[in-house]
Amino acid sequence: MLFSNRMINILIPIISVLLGLLSGAIIMFFFGYNPVEGYAALWNGAFGDSYFFGETIRQVTPYILSGLAVAFALRTGLLNIGVEGQVFVGWLASVWVGISFELPMVIHLPLAVLAAALAGAFWGFIPGILKAKLGVHEVIVTIMMNYIALYISNEMVRSVLTDGADRTPEIFPTASLASEWLASMTFYSRLHYGILIALFMAAVMWFVLNKTTTGFELRSVGFNQNASKYAGMNVSKNIVLAMVISGAFAGLAGAMEGLGTFGYMNVKSGFTNIGFDGIAVALLGANTALGVVLAAFLFGTLKIGALNMPTEAGVPTELVEIVIALIIFFVASSYIIRWVFLRFKKEGK
Amino acid sequence: MGIIDIIASIIPAAMVYAAPLIFTALGGVFSERSGIINIGLEGLMVMGAFVGVVFHLTFYDTFGAATPWVSILVAMAVSALFALVHAVASITFRADQVVSGVAINFLALGIGLFLTKQWYDKGQTDMVERPFYATDIPGLSQIPIIGDWFFSDWYMTSYLAIALAVLVWFIIYKTPFGLRLRSVGEHPMAADTNGIKVYRMRYIAVMLSGAFGGLGGSVYALTVALNFSHSTIVGQGFMALAAVIFGKWHPLGALGAAIFFGFAQSLSVFGSGLPLFEDVPQIFLLIAPYVLTILALAGFIGRAEAPKALGEPYVKGSR
Repeated sequence: MLFSNRMINILIPIISVLLGLLSGAIIMFFFGYNPVEGYAALWNGAFGDSYFFGETIRQVTPYILSGLAVAFALRTGLLNIGVEGQVFVGWLASVWVGISFELPMVIHLPLAVLAAALAGAFWGFIPGILKAKLGVHEVIVTIMMNYIALYISNEMVRSVLTDGADRTPEIFPTASLASEWLASMTFYSRLHYGILIALFMAAVMWFVLNKTTTGFELRSVGFNQNASKYAGMNVSKNIVLAMVISGAFAGLAGAMEGLGTFGYMNVKSGFTNIGFDGIAVALLGANTALGVVLAAFLFGTLKIGALNMPTEAGVPTELVEIVIALIIFFVASSYIIRWVFLRFKKEGK
Repeated sequence: MGIIDIIASIIPAAMVYAAPLIFTALGGVFSERSGIINIGLEGLMVMGAFVGVVFHLTFYDTFGAATPWVSILVAMAVSALFALVHAVASITFRADQVVSGVAINFLALGIGLFLTKQWYDKGQTDMVERPFYATDIPGLSQIPIIGDWFFSDWYMTSYLAIALAVLVWFIIYKTPFGLRLRSVGEHPMAADTNGIKVYRMRYIAVMLSGAFGGLGGSVYALTVALNFSHSTIVGQGFMALAAVIFGKWHPLGALGAAIFFGFAQSLSVFGSGLPLFEDVPQIFLLIAPYVLTILALAGFIGRAEAPKALGEPYVKGSR
């Protein structure tokens, strides 16, 4: 068969990315830039030398985790828009542990990472339990939780972790993911060990969803709640569990920033967008572990590469935001792409 | 400062922050009542703010004193067109409405900042020189107490917001158009059977939400922010969405909720200077709108019942 269903499922993200990039090229052309130069600058900005490459991987790290967070919840049929807030509380918790204790690294670092995961999990638990017990739509609750997280973290940084300062002290080196070795290898980029955690968690997600009974139940609830209930599964338990695990992934994404990239937490005027970009990553990655890793890599590349576009080609960085938004549109509107394919298929027979 | 003076300073300030939320929430009511979730309200406000500011800066010489008013009209038109993207994706292409809304938010900010860089060569636009000004209503402001509270130091846009809320209530509950709109959101198949064009109603509703969102964004930009940057609209759209739900998808409920949120916002800005609120830590005022929305949804403050077909794409002929 020319276009099997599986084939189409793989083609849709690829076509969406190509359409997105093409639209970006058209916009550049329309505003009098050279699209080839623009994208060449983007490429050089992401892979041009080892420093840029290190920064790209650093950006990919939290994207993998936030993408996994969104994807994991979506597999159970829940849209976790609250990844952003869960990233915040995870970031805060990891830094809190990082600056408050002096412990040997073997205890300190895992403790800080665990704290982030737990904080994120807790932030996911609230919308999860509200959905499971009271049927409250998780999208609205998670959006509200984002803002609560933003303001509470700011307040914590200002009045609990410091005495009115705008950023916390640096975490102790024993809680840091930063690596002299990785940094020196990449011309002192901020590349850190977090990428290993991110890739490991992707494997964990694949394993849990595909190889365990729990994962089977979670996916089953995502496919059909009534059938799952009839089969004797506890639907509300699975909903809460999915949100908790999703929140834990998101919290880890926060730890990547707190323990890896920055080593502190500061007062923020707005969102980091790690969580919102995670939605794009998960959608493009078709909610699979491998897909998320690949999509995170693409978006990390776009984001970091874009920083080089103003200097090398004069194109504003924001072009990439437009491209990413369009990619989301195209993936979300996959119905129409599928329709076109099926048209072809019928006529090809 | 006596209590009357305190109230006289709180009410207009609260209304300045409330007006953009009211406009945008009314847009949200239109869209959600027709069955289309609109997470993109934030993006529609961003677009409105951007267009409003840029138009004002560019055409002040042409329109003079009327420029702010012309600007918000243009912002409404552009945002309505921009909302078409959401309409096409979520109605015709049956995209997930939440995802499409998220994309709208990204896209609006991307376009706004891209063009700002393009036209102003920096991260934010210039400041608007002559925005909306607060005025006293001649005559009415002389009335003791009430004159100070409701007719002094108000922006005309705040009155417009309240008037529009009543108008939208009338349209949705007292006109055939409103009945059709609601029926499409509750049971599109039944509506279709009765000869109502479901797709057309939903397109109109989403475009109206764009117009109102654009109005909200541009009014915020021309009363509070006075320029456009990445931090002009940060969460007001989501707060408007919260007002829609907190107000139980009812225009007047949304009006009340938006005024309350505006009040909370203005308190978090000015509250420390007021005797009643100086002891309340700012953080509680900041998170109040969001916590209250969650509580409202959880049914602690009266059950909020969403339109039945909210979020479901309508496929003609399916049951």
